[in-house]
Amino acid sequence: MYVAVKGGERAIDNAHAFLAEERRGDMAVAEIGTDQIREQLRLAVNRVMAEGSLYDPDLAALAIKQARGDLIEAVFLIRAYRTTLPRLGHATPVETAQMAVTRRISATFKDAPGGQILGPTFDYTHRLLDFTLMANGEAPNAPQALTKASPVPHITTFLGRDGLIEAAQPDDTPPPDLTREPMELPASRATRLQAITRGDEGFILSLAYSTQRGYGRTHAFVGELRIGMVEVEMDIPELGFAICIGEVELTECETVNQFKGSKTEPPQFTRGYGLTFGQNERKSIAMSLVDRALRWKELGEDFTGAPAQDEEFVLMHADNVQATGFLEHIKLPHYVDFQSELELIRKLRAEAMAQNEAAE
Amino acid sequence: MTDRAYNFAYLDEQTKRMIRRAILKGVAVPGYQVPFASREMPMPYGWGTGGVQVTAACLTPEDRLKVIDQGADDTTNAVSIRKFFQRTADIATTEATSEATLIQTRHRIPEQALTEDQILVYQVPIPEPLRFLEPRETETRKMHELEEYGLMHVKLYEDIARHGHIATAYAYPVKVEGRYVMDPSPIPKFDNPKLSDSPALQLFGAGREQRIYALPPYTHVVSLDFEDHPFEASKAPHDCDLCGASDSYLDEVITDDRGSRMYVCSDTDHCRSRRAAGFTGRLGTPLATEAAE
Repeated sequence: MYVAVKGGERAIDNAHAFLAEERRGDMAVAEIGTDQIREQLRLAVNRVMAEGSLYDPDLAALAIKQARGDLIEAVFLIRAYRTTLPRLGHATPVETAQMAVTRRISATFKDAPGGQILGPTFDYTHRLLDFTLMANGEAPNAPQALTKASPVPHITTFLGRDGLIEAAQPDDTPPPDLTREPMELPASRATRLQAITRGDEGFILSLAYSTQRGYGRTHAFVGELRIGMVEVEMDIPELGFAICIGEVELTECETVNQFKGSKTEPPQFTRGYGLTFGQNERKSIAMSLVDRALRWKELGEDFTGAPAQDEEFVLMHADNVQATGFLEHIKLPHYVDFQSELELIRKLRAEAMAQNEAAE
Repeated sequence: MTDRAYNFAYLDEQTKRMIRRAILKGVAVPGYQVPFASREMPMPYGWGTGGVQVTAACLTPEDRLKVIDQGADDTTNAVSIRKFFQRTADIATTEATSEATLIQTRHRIPEQALTEDQILVYQVPIPEPLRFLEPRETETRKMHELEEYGLMHVKLYEDIARHGHIATAYAYPVKVEGRYVMDPSPIPKFDNPKLSDSPALQLFGAGREQRIYALPPYTHVVSLDFEDHPFEASKAPHDCDLCGASDSYLDEVITDDRGSRMYVCSDTDHCRSRRAAGFTGRLGTPLATEAAE
């Protein structure tokens, strides 16, 4: 006889064992090492670190392996681990002007102090499958040059000197921590940037794209995109000064946006800002476009109803760990709710039928 | 298999304190949604992370935990959450409603009346009762502040005008102590009367939406209705086919490809204890013979 939903516990254990076997795949093929993932799937590692809000390439590689390459699942693993870690303190703001750049380009000036450095980019490659990789062809060594010791100033500082771009006012208010405080709306720009840099790359990309196609257009130029290592410094109370506690790779994008002025602001260029862990160009450019679109109120622009201008819409739906969890929860049993709907529909149908019959 | 790598009940003590502060605020203002800094839990958002965090913040080593989903102890997610606390808190668990000191639930209130020594923790997907009338949080918070619930009454009225009934069968909105309109989580409206004047503390956790709210013991809770269309707690018009109960909420089970159906208590502990006490329904067999199969 049917006994309502028994045996759940054993079924779950078996499902997990099946999953572990599937993750490993064909045993005749060598197992992938997390060091291989870290070194050879570095952009995947970067995405997991950026959206997981945890800079640790080894753990990100482990998460990708465990998640069978499902990057959102890997982000989730990292987030769930991260949340158990104590927060020991704040770093001082990183100095991206002091970045040891591996790539730095400007789309607004042909050349500038520090130069254009193309670095390791897919740009200008032909997207033709390279079958030598399938045959385990070794990559040729790239030619090397000595790094220049000179600093690489931000492009926007040149525009700022002439007052052509809005001043970026220094703000020493301690930024909120989205992982420690609930999101409150309306949100500060710092909160928005935090939410967007943790947000899903695909979602942010599509929002940015929508602004380019006219839904909250911001007329963006990539003033500068730079990728490289920066030192993270922290004030140690016992020492009384800041010391370097490590290095992180960052991608920073500053857009320069056309702005004809508004009721409150004079005509000048305005800024959008993007910053992500690791080499993550698409995300940081998209982030800076969305950041700029969200600034409409502060700059006295009109709200056109575009999704990318709508702070609540953007911030409440950017997090892919939240989104995927809620989306997939509809796989869970809902038979109690469904049962109550079933009874309601039957009741309404019975009444409708009775009315029809009476009418005939 | 306790995992010593994690703190008791997974969350660190600072986080638990933060959650307890939110719970206390919720208890002080019944029905008010308190924002809290929800943590990422090792299960997905939408799968009970709010309830799990509230449970983690309330658990003591002496507690005896019961976890149900759709009224049943043995559904997959209930098993998963119960195992989680066995693993991270090493606490005793039970399937018997009367033996539990803390019950985490999804979508049901146990049939058996609760006591002052019990806490009932609800998993909440969308804590805002006004959300599907007004998608913006900034707006709905204002509506609660101003006690502006006209929109909800208009919705219920339109249901009656169109269908002759209020077409909400679960997550049926309630008013708490004459002040806040509250979402009771997606429990069937059959369970709504049990919300009111319960001796147990009722806590509601919404992880993804970062909200906690509460009904302290003996809080008066009224399901929204109209004088000429009073609230009615409805269920399938059958008795349980296993235990014969006529007053419990029933699941409908399709038993063959000709569409035959049976109705069984959604509260598995209630059904089992009735059968153990000798009650049988239309298709029921005494509990002992089934165990031998």
